Amino acid sequence: MKSNRQIEHFVAPVDETPLLPTDTLRVEAAPLSLWADAWRKLRRRPLFIISSVMILLIITVALFPGLFTQTPPNQNCLLANSEAGPTAGHPLGFTFQGCDVYSRIIHGTQASLSTGVLSVLCVLVIGVTFGALAGYYGGWIDAVLARLGDIFFALPILLGALVITQLPFFRENKSVWTVVLVISMLAWPQMARITRGAVIEVRHADFVTAARALGVSKFGALARHVLPNAIAPVIVLATLELGVFIVLEATLSFLGVGMPESIMSWGHDISAAQTSIRTNPMILIYPAIALSVTVLSFIMLGDAVRDALDPKSRQR
Amino acid sequence: MKSTQITIEEASSLAERPLLEIRDLDVSFKTGSGEFNAVSGAHLTIMQGETVAIVGESGSGKSTTALAAIGLLPPNGRVSRGQILLDGEDIAHVHERRMIELRGNTIGMVPQDPMSNLNPVWKIGYQVKETLRANGKPDGPADVAKALAEAGLPDSARRAKQYPHEFSGGMRQRALIAIGLSCQPRLLIADEPTSALDVTVQRQILDHLETMTSELGTSVLLITHDLGLAAERADRVVVMYRGNVVESGPSLELLRNPQHPYTKRLVASAPSLASRRIQVAKERGIESEELLAPSEAVVEKHLPADVLQVENLTKVFKLRSGLGRGTDFTAVDDVSFSVQRGTTTAIVGESGSGKSTVAQMVLSLLAPTSGRIVFDGVDTSTLTPKQLFAFRRRVQPIFQDPYGSLDPMYNIYRTIEEPLRTHKIGDRTTREIKVRELLDQVALPQSTMQRYPNELSGGQRQRVAVARALALDPEVIICDEAVSALDVLVQAQVLNLLAELQSNLGLTYLFITHDLAVVRQIADHVCVMEKGKLVETGTTDDVFESPEMDYTKALLNAIPGGKLMLPPEVA
Repeated sequence: MKSNRQIEHFVAPVDETPLLPTDTLRVEAAPLSLWADAWRKLRRRPLFIISSVMILLIITVALFPGLFTQTPPNQNCLLANSEAGPTAGHPLGFTFQGCDVYSRIIHGTQASLSTGVLSVLCVLVIGVTFGALAGYYGGWIDAVLARLGDIFFALPILLGALVITQLPFFRENKSVWTVVLVISMLAWPQMARITRGAVIEVRHADFVTAARALGVSKFGALARHVLPNAIAPVIVLATLELGVFIVLEATLSFLGVGMPESIMSWGHDISAAQTSIRTNPMILIYPAIALSVTVLSFIMLGDAVRDALDPKSRQR
Repeated sequence: MKSTQITIEEASSLAERPLLEIRDLDVSFKTGSGEFNAVSGAHLTIMQGETVAIVGESGSGKSTTALAAIGLLPPNGRVSRGQILLDGEDIAHVHERRMIELRGNTIGMVPQDPMSNLNPVWKIGYQVKETLRANGKPDGPADVAKALAEAGLPDSARRAKQYPHEFSGGMRQRALIAIGLSCQPRLLIADEPTSALDVTVQRQILDHLETMTSELGTSVLLITHDLGLAAERADRVVVMYRGNVVESGPSLELLRNPQHPYTKRLVASAPSLASRRIQVAKERGIESEELLAPSEAVVEKHLPADVLQVENLTKVFKLRSGLGRGTDFTAVDDVSFSVQRGTTTAIVGESGSGKSTVAQMVLSLLAPTSGRIVFDGVDTSTLTPKQLFAFRRRVQPIFQDPYGSLDPMYNIYRTIEEPLRTHKIGDRTTREIKVRELLDQVALPQSTMQRYPNELSGGQRQRVAVARALALDPEVIICDEAVSALDVLVQAQVLNLLAELQSNLGLTYLFITHDLAVVRQIADHVCVMEKGKLVETGTTDDVFESPEMDYTKALLNAIPGGKLMLPPEVA
């Protein structure tokens, strides 16, 4: 139904919307990489500020326990002080063996943190390597690595750890390293899966094809283009797992299969405090609080980092 | 006597009152850095039964204006000034409840992307039924089938029981049109309804939409970036630029006699309206004989005229269909063509025609099942890894998606420098000088070096991709839909850049595209592909003026605005 209606021809005055050159570059804003952008978002988030202050504090405690307490954790334990309440110089009281609770917590930080960090590093190395190779090359490499991962994935992590630590080699060589080894053996498949998925998402991107067409080798494209673009979810998982591994170490030590007795660990302390739970529950609660706060800090950091690296919130 | 007068008056007053009138509309968005106006002072009028098109580049505010009219602005956007009168009622600030009443019934919408606008977990029929029910219409299976049949879906009762993934792009768009028109709204807003579809499908859909709306007397607000399409389909065209309406009027009048400089620019660069190849050399005053004669370099080295020969190229993909079984899918079927040095050859075809597979094989990124690709006298399948590395220097790609072809983790300097570094050309200082030169060549400021791809627009990214492709001084550039994702003005700019680089550097282009309008602007030779086969080849002029195959004719007819008569000085 075309009518004979008159349609006026309107032209806006040119000076109202002056013509700009086509497709000019906006130069006012500072250049931003993914990491700079994430950092800009992170530093304004209270969650990030709180958790990173906490983590810095925890790291300082782990590195320099002497700054926080002069009392040695194991020597000068007097049974006379057994389960005694706080006194001057001993703000959190004494354990069943008459050792200073505060000093033991401070000195236990190192074991927890180093187990967590080392386990995460090992898991990163194994998981990212396997996941990236599986996702990028596909085919039989993917099939073999995926099945291998599935086998470990099917083992409940705690049960697996209990069984493995009963092997003679582990029983005889108890140290931070055996705990790290057990954790990374059982925990890498999850990291590998996440990496594999992220790599598969990126591997067919045009910029990878473009790099290949430039003459970059297949492995070179993986290392220089695919991995850097797939690393964000891996970092998020690593931050979250750090907390989980610290708990795992404490659990293993609690069950008596983790750290050797000679190394101070929150898990040991919680385990040993069971005997005192009726008379002085605070002996158990203090190391438990230390553990919770540490784990919470890392998980909060992981959350904040995940939000900052979320590709959906990236400006285009 | 008297009674007839009244009816005439009534009729005229009815005709006078517009169905939708937008007056002085401002739409503002709140962002992290304050509030800004996406639309300012927009005005447009749609009469009953009229089709009005809003034309503009991305970011011009055309979609925002339409979303304001249907009350679906994003949460951070609001109408800050002006009126939206729907049949006399101001709906700019009415309650959400009233808008829900109006949507579907009075205002329908066909969204842009048919791939993401249907819910994949519900059957097509259910999604139509949902709309009917929400608007209190009968929603039995027969009504659903009728709505789908009206939108041009054959065998609609069966189709209604299928899921979106079983539909092709064109069929999904028909389903969306069925949803949009199922309640017979008085106004249909179609936001780039066919920009994701092949040209021939686009034509069918738009033809059908036109028939349906004129039967129902529905007014249509068509949003598009393509001036040719707008002029062909609409009675009235509204041109928007940076949030303002800069010109509006009868479509042909606007096309033939554009007044505002922006409209002039749009008309001048609309690919569908262009009728000849971009001639860079002529504009610069070089005599045409010089252009026709082979350039000195070519004569001196006695290089073969055909830099690239493709002979009987075939690619068969194995599709897995269950354990052990596999069906063969022939993506490219016995394709032969040759590309002359210093010219542009375009491969045209719709999605699934195998044109991109050809490009991948020419780039040696994919091995052909049979057939040969001869580059500069050497069969590329016989290259040793070392020779292949050298071949990569000489043949470079530019890809379609300007958002996907640059590594988001690399700044522009690293992106353009990567080919130089990979091929160990020069040291740090010389490479930096080269990168600066390349940025100059693609008309980007040198300060771009420190930026990241996400800060650049699509056109700027594509220019970076061009600079990266040029870094190794290649002889052949394969452009796989290199300008398809860009706005017309930016597209024209990039095409001009490519043409200029060709005349300056003697480049050879193999141009893969679905857009014949672009072919006309850039190509010397055309190969038309359909379902993996080459159906027609020839010079661009021959193919455009006297196409031999029906398929080529159909493609040519589908160029929007192609049939509009324009005075030669505009075209």
